[in-house]
Amino acid sequence: MHILLSGTASDSHTWNLVYLQLFLEELGHRVHNLGPCVPDGLLAGACAADGPGRPDLVVVSSVNGHGYRDGLGAVQALRRAGVTLPVVIGGKLGVAGVPDPRQRRRLLDAGCDAVFDDGDTGALREYLDLLAGGGRAARQAVA
Amino acid sequence: MSGGATLLAPSAAREPAAPDTSFGGFVARAAASGQLVVQPRMGFGDPHRMRDGLRRTRDAVATTVGTLTIDSYTRVGDQDAARAALREGTPLNGYPIATHSGEVTRALLEGVRGPAFPVQVRHGSSRPEGIVRALAAAGLDATEGGPVSYCLPYGRTPLAESVENWARCCELLAELVPAPRVPHLESFGGCMLGQLCPPGLLVALSLLEGLFFVRHGIRSVSLSYAQQTDPAQDEEAVRALRRLAAEFLPAGVDRHVVLYTYMGVFPRTARGATRLLEASARLAVRAGAQRLIVKTAAEAHRIPTVQENVRALETAAATAALCGRPTDPPGPADGEVYREARAFVEAVLDLAEDPGRALLTAFARGVLDVPYCLHPDNAGRSRSFVDADGRLRWSEVGAMPVAPYRDAPPGRALTADGLLVALGSVARRHDGPRARP
Repeated sequence: MHILLSGTASDSHTWNLVYLQLFLEELGHRVHNLGPCVPDGLLAGACAADGPGRPDLVVVSSVNGHGYRDGLGAVQALRRAGVTLPVVIGGKLGVAGVPDPRQRRRLLDAGCDAVFDDGDTGALREYLDLLAGGGRAARQAVA
Repeated sequence: MSGGATLLAPSAAREPAAPDTSFGGFVARAAASGQLVVQPRMGFGDPHRMRDGLRRTRDAVATTVGTLTIDSYTRVGDQDAARAALREGTPLNGYPIATHSGEVTRALLEGVRGPAFPVQVRHGSSRPEGIVRALAAAGLDATEGGPVSYCLPYGRTPLAESVENWARCCELLAELVPAPRVPHLESFGGCMLGQLCPPGLLVALSLLEGLFFVRHGIRSVSLSYAQQTDPAQDEEAVRALRRLAAEFLPAGVDRHVVLYTYMGVFPRTARGATRLLEASARLAVRAGAQRLIVKTAAEAHRIPTVQENVRALETAAATAALCGRPTDPPGPADGEVYREARAFVEAVLDLAEDPGRALLTAFARGVLDVPYCLHPDNAGRSRSFVDADGRLRWSEVGAMPVAPYRDAPPGRALTADGLLVALGSVARRHDGPRARP
């Protein structure tokens, strides 16, 4: 798959993105790493890329505590822009350090295909296998 | 010529004897009395919590300075999002200084900040004009960052734009905080990406940003260095930074060195986190840094509470007090880190007379090349590794004026697991049952 990898609008962290790029590449995927602090417009533009680099999946990673809010904004903007690609998000999504089921529900309702807990690369891998196998799972909150 | 009967008063005597309320002055006085200044990272969206955090920082059993850490929305200039979050009641990860009014910020500082408790604004912005205006309007005068260190690791601003922004903001800060007040600017250059950047490059970047600040009118600077993987190498780095500062910064510019407790993947156990914090406090004293930015035991898990910050400040201060006064080893600090850092500094300053232009050219040509940095203006050809003894080394240097380590692992691609191992090496060492101090 071609995977578009992105940080969120206000998140400056990059090690999560460096790691995920290596992780996804080792699973045999091609990765376009947009880097940190990606505004919604840039993300939507990259999703719309056509030709050989056309993405099959958007992976959003956030660790600065604004992930629920920024991720929600990003997925809403993508869906508004008519992007139908699967979009998944994961990381440390809130400031409290524990997953918030209510916020997670909002992400899924807004059009996220999956929400992954911090460090749960096993669940991400399973999701990728499923997607690569042609199945797009019902929207799920993983783990 | 008039006769010799009139004695000119020394210039200092002609100036009003205003108390020195500057950030740099406070650190200098603490250092003169043998105290390490300790400082938290701390920012809350709510002014009352922010004030309480500052008050409790001031009242900690330690020589402290306060911090207003700015939230991420303000950092990227998205004032609308900061305002909306305040309205919604969504907790922010810092204090939105450009969204709260100047009166609100002044009120939260009133009676807390003073000559005995200066406060620094910490933000991470490559477009800091709004923050600089807001901090000056609130009566503050100390902040940090830099054209490279607040651009390459943290976002998408083109480096040329960041250099321009920072030049203007240095001059703006100098203008908005006129003499006899002394605005202070700290370079974050010694902290690039937090981990896995070999010390020679960190030291060079911090020094080069310090020179940039001075070129743009700032007369009180601090240079930073973040604790890395090996205590001896770190000690060498802090000494190298002090020596280069003495060699390259103009006389008359107030300066000090600030050490950061490890900024990479933090130990997950309270014991491991405390050991790492204590090691950084000892390093600061041993190597002659005058200020320490601490981390807390909660760091691996979430944004720390005020109480956790106070505990970290007091732990660091107590550890430092037990170390006694620093004694520099005899002879010049001209180890490997110094030689590498000096090679970077000289190569960069040779590129242009103006430090900003020199930095831009250096990154464009890969003379400076931060490993694992995703920014489009970074060449991205350098790689580093942690050697068998725990020291950070270059495995690939691209076009940089330094050599790869002779025992670098053969050029194979870094794996995701390999990266995690390298990123987690310090945490594992301190969490482990036989953690070395």
